[in-house]
Amino acid sequence: MRVGVFICHCGNNIAGTIDVARVAEETRKIPGVAYATTYMYTCSEPGQNEIKEAITREGLDRVVVAACSPRMHELTFRRTVEKAGLNRYFFEMANIREHISWIGENKDLNTLKATEAVRMAVAKVMQDKPLYSTSFKVNKRVLVIGGGVAGMQAALDCADGGLEVLLVEKSPSVGGMMARLDKTFPTIDCSICILGPKMVDVAQHDKITLHAYSEIEEIKGYVGNYQIKIRKKATYVDWSKCTGCGACMEKCPSKNSYDAFNFGVAPTRAINIPFPQAIPKKAKIDPNYCRQFVKGKCGVCAKICPTNAIDYEMKDEIITEDIGAIIVATGYSLIDMDKLPEYGGGRYPDVISGAQYERLLNASGPTSGHIVRPSDHMEPKTIAFISCAGSRDKSIGIPYCSNFCCMYIAKQAILTKDHIPDSQSYVFYMDIRSPGKGYDEFTRRAQEEYGAKYIRGRVSRIYPKGNKMVVRGSDTLLGAQVEVEADLVVLGTAVVSTPDAAHMAEKLHISYDTFGFYVESHPKLRPVETNTSGVFLAGACQGPKDIPASVGQGSAAASKVQALFSKDMLESDPAVARVNMNTCVGCLKCLKTCPFGAIKEKELRDGRVVADVIETVCAGCGVCTSTCPCGAIQLQHFTDNQLLAEVNAICRK
Amino acid sequence: MPEIATQELRVVGFLCNWCSYGGADTAGVSRFKQPTDLRIIRVPCSGRVDPLFVVKALLNGADGVLVSGCHPRDCHYSDGNFYARRRLEMLKRLLPFLGIDERRFYYTWVSASEGARWQQTVTEFTNRIHELGPLHIKKEATP
Repeated sequence: MRVGVFICHCGNNIAGTIDVARVAEETRKIPGVAYATTYMYTCSEPGQNEIKEAITREGLDRVVVAACSPRMHELTFRRTVEKAGLNRYFFEMANIREHISWIGENKDLNTLKATEAVRMAVAKVMQDKPLYSTSFKVNKRVLVIGGGVAGMQAALDCADGGLEVLLVEKSPSVGGMMARLDKTFPTIDCSICILGPKMVDVAQHDKITLHAYSEIEEIKGYVGNYQIKIRKKATYVDWSKCTGCGACMEKCPSKNSYDAFNFGVAPTRAINIPFPQAIPKKAKIDPNYCRQFVKGKCGVCAKICPTNAIDYEMKDEIITEDIGAIIVATGYSLIDMDKLPEYGGGRYPDVISGAQYERLLNASGPTSGHIVRPSDHMEPKTIAFISCAGSRDKSIGIPYCSNFCCMYIAKQAILTKDHIPDSQSYVFYMDIRSPGKGYDEFTRRAQEEYGAKYIRGRVSRIYPKGNKMVVRGSDTLLGAQVEVEADLVVLGTAVVSTPDAAHMAEKLHISYDTFGFYVESHPKLRPVETNTSGVFLAGACQGPKDIPASVGQGSAAASKVQALFSKDMLESDPAVARVNMNTCVGCLKCLKTCPFGAIKEKELRDGRVVADVIETVCAGCGVCTSTCPCGAIQLQHFTDNQLLAEVNAICRK
Repeated sequence: MPEIATQELRVVGFLCNWCSYGGADTAGVSRFKQPTDLRIIRVPCSGRVDPLFVVKALLNGADGVLVSGCHPRDCHYSDGNFYARRRLEMLKRLLPFLGIDERRFYYTWVSASEGARWQQTVTEFTNRIHELGPLHIKKEATP
């Protein structure tokens, strides 16, 4: 066996704190190593050519690259060795950058550690066996979860490319957060005017099947072949009959239902169509408020409905679908104002969130676009905006910036002046963050043209005084206390992940961070992929993002799906479990532990029953291998012998 | 390799590819300084870690073994880490019978985004092993 070892300098990243020449020198002493060298940037084209040439020149049959994390470049180098004629699994990486040079301060110790990392990789590569992929068919249907602007963009782009799309939205209408905005920065475009046509396209596209008011119940399978269950929640209205006339909503006697669409600014009816442009424009009953459900009698809507669409007996329905890829666009939530007691949101009616203010500004909102105080329905003249309400506040566990509040507060200050010309806006801010095209100009306009007074400092307390709210804070530029007596206070509340974000991630087998935002495969270079092949991210479920970024990511995710589906067959990962029929005793413990149901019984010709792996279903976790009492089932590329070789390379007594 | 090795002890880590290995990468990218004693072995899932690997390492010269996977319910393979937890908890109780202080073995969960948590885990575990000193199995055997 002739192993070649290539040790990367990675500029100064590795060579700065590891003596790479010495690592190479020590490596040459390892039995089996035929060739060891160092290179400035092994991943560069000349670096890869160097590997290919050395394989031919030195007659190498195994390759180790000691460089960065295999999560970064394993695939790159596997392709390199494959091009030189070796099996792509005759390759190992020693991670001497992320795990050694970047974290250790002592160069001698780092060098020793790197040498041992190489020793382990060499031991492993000498145990490696050639593996070959098989190919399997792809189901070219895509599931988009979430019908906000990111999800709709992804769905439309996929559908325009000829793919069949299932769009699942949990609320009764698509549109997401953007449908609830009045105008959008920095152009002051009417939000629903630019979103509405997209929503109609989604509804009318013959490649898109929309499941509104539905949730994902279960996801099984793997890239190219998922089986999913969708729960179509009971609306108590037969949507095939409902015409969206709204007669039921007019006559419904239960007038105090919570209006989720309007963020609870004003009550709605128990049977309602969330907003005039809703897609689908169908009514649904909220059983928490409907008298028929609460008191057991009413039935007004059933009597009034011209098409007899009301069905109080309706039950949730579960449907099953087969798909090949998933785009997750589940969006975000806003922090509950109760978590910010110093501002009194929720306690004082005249302290509201930016999202609620957006509904007050909106012509189709509960006040028909007239700005009024929730307490006495008077027009406010002094409005205080507080940015970073919850954001960048470690004390409540939100150290991050919510990305777009600075901008929408500037927009709301501008709109306020448009609505009430004799009003005065005050904006309390920590920093003005406006790094986008035309964004900084926009925040300047709010101040210079519309006269919004920006006060740099945090608000410590808000309390009522007569019919005013006193906003007390500091002005850190003047170094003085300030008090503003405002008629209305608007909080730029922090963006948080959706309440069921973690639950959804667990169904999808994707990772999420401490805050519940989904983790992309690489923060810079793979921003829409996840570590689960076939699952892609779009929009604010991955982190706070404004509309242009969400739309961009929606399109990006769609193009990733298009690329995936451009092949009819996908290559399977051959690193799956394999059973040695001769040593398997047929206890079938592996069958019981396999999380994917990838193991089945198989009867041999002599009547013995053994375990058998369904290769396409096996995900390669190796739980079976460590369960098997006789070592008969082995996860390829991570067999007992291969892992023990690594252990033995560093633990020798 | 030369004498410098004497100030280090042998700590072996089995890290799952999806969470903890990524967490260690994140710690590296963020330049979170750590003790250098740890040698990392990448496994697809903490559920792949056969308790015998741990025993083998400790009997063959490791002074401490660390296993780290995805947080419970966040396993890339649904529930591999639940199997790991069960097996490794059992292993921890068995180690004293082999004459090994159970504090030399530790399993935990670190996600790919938790670089700081990884730094803390490595630092604390390595310090603990240094407090315990090199492993001499006969000495630690309980009578």
